[in-house]
Amino acid sequence: MVGVVVVAHSAGLAREVVALVRGIAGEEVPVAAAGGTEDGGLGTSLDLVEAAVREVDQGDGVLLVPDLGSSVLTARMLEEPGRIVVADVPFVEGAVAAAVTAGTGMPLSGVLAAADEARTVRKL
Amino acid sequence: MTATGAGADSTRGGASGAGQASGAGQASGAGQASGAGGRPMDAGFFVAWFEEAAGLVRRDRDRLTELDAAIGDADHGTNLDRGLTEVVQALAGSPPESPGQALTVAGVTLIRKVGGASGPLYGSVFRQMGRSIEEPVTLARFAAAFEEGVVALERLGKAALGDKTMVDALVPASRALALALRDGVGAPEAFELAARAAAEGAAGTIPLQARKGRASYLGERSIGHEDPGAASSALFMTALATVAAGGPGPAAGAA
Repeated sequence: MVGVVVVAHSAGLAREVVALVRGIAGEEVPVAAAGGTEDGGLGTSLDLVEAAVREVDQGDGVLLVPDLGSSVLTARMLEEPGRIVVADVPFVEGAVAAAVTAGTGMPLSGVLAAADEARTVRKL
Repeated sequence: MTATGAGADSTRGGASGAGQASGAGQASGAGQASGAGGRPMDAGFFVAWFEEAAGLVRRDRDRLTELDAAIGDADHGTNLDRGLTEVVQALAGSPPESPGQALTVAGVTLIRKVGGASGPLYGSVFRQMGRSIEEPVTLARFAAAFEEGVVALERLGKAALGDKTMVDALVPASRALALALRDGVGAPEAFELAARAAAEGAAGTIPLQARKGRASYLGERSIGHEDPGAASSALFMTALATVAAGGPGPAAGAA
């Protein structure tokens, strides 16, 4: 399965989004949180993101879903075309769509496309 | 989307023509690694650059944070101080053997340790410089690598001139180096001109409306404040001019 890493400025935000995603997509989907700085502050840590990527990497690729700002820039430091990809998607909706799709065994391109679709899905 | 081709016309002068000065007989200092009165641009020169930059950022940490408090999230001074402290420690812990290695270590350390957007942004500049720089380093080679570093920054941040970012200080600095090369100006003076261009560029961000980062949410309310990233970029260039002139920094050669 494709792995999903939720990258956020805050450890709590990343952790809870992952909990939500797991609840919706199922426990078997490889999803990990990388939130905040190493000392628990607000920001992004490349080391934490790298560790999360290793945790969810089953060999089928990893999708990084960042919240904004430095999360995006830090995630992009790790991009490897075709293997580690950053999704430019709504944070919660994109992470849910990506994880649910990953759970169906879709390849990385399909998981990215599903996350992308979350951008256009209206709530009302 | 990518680099705006920052001054494609004049800026390209020194790029790709790395070493163009040597043999051309135009620049009197052709071939050797620094202009008259300047330090050779060896690994120690680059270590001294980061030490000096760390000192300036530490001195101005509160000012940078205040600028960031006005339009950002009030952590730029603290973040960059922390990152550069780590850079200085990394370079002292295992002294780099080459300019490229010094730049790469600095870039990677900033990416890892700053925690805010300026980490990946500055880190990309120096990491790209480390990849690009040809040795022995001449002013022309420095200018070419610096320009590639700025292009990497523009690519990552997707910012262009006028967006009220670091780009507004670093692109003028890069252009100033290219013009200095074209006019046969030697290393210490060229870096002085680049520092001045960066400072002017940073001041020039005050009337601009931010189009990147947190400040962009403020719309017109971002006008009237200097961009903290442009301000710290100016400090980097000031540090470079100081070190090139043989100023502060350890082991400034046999003076």
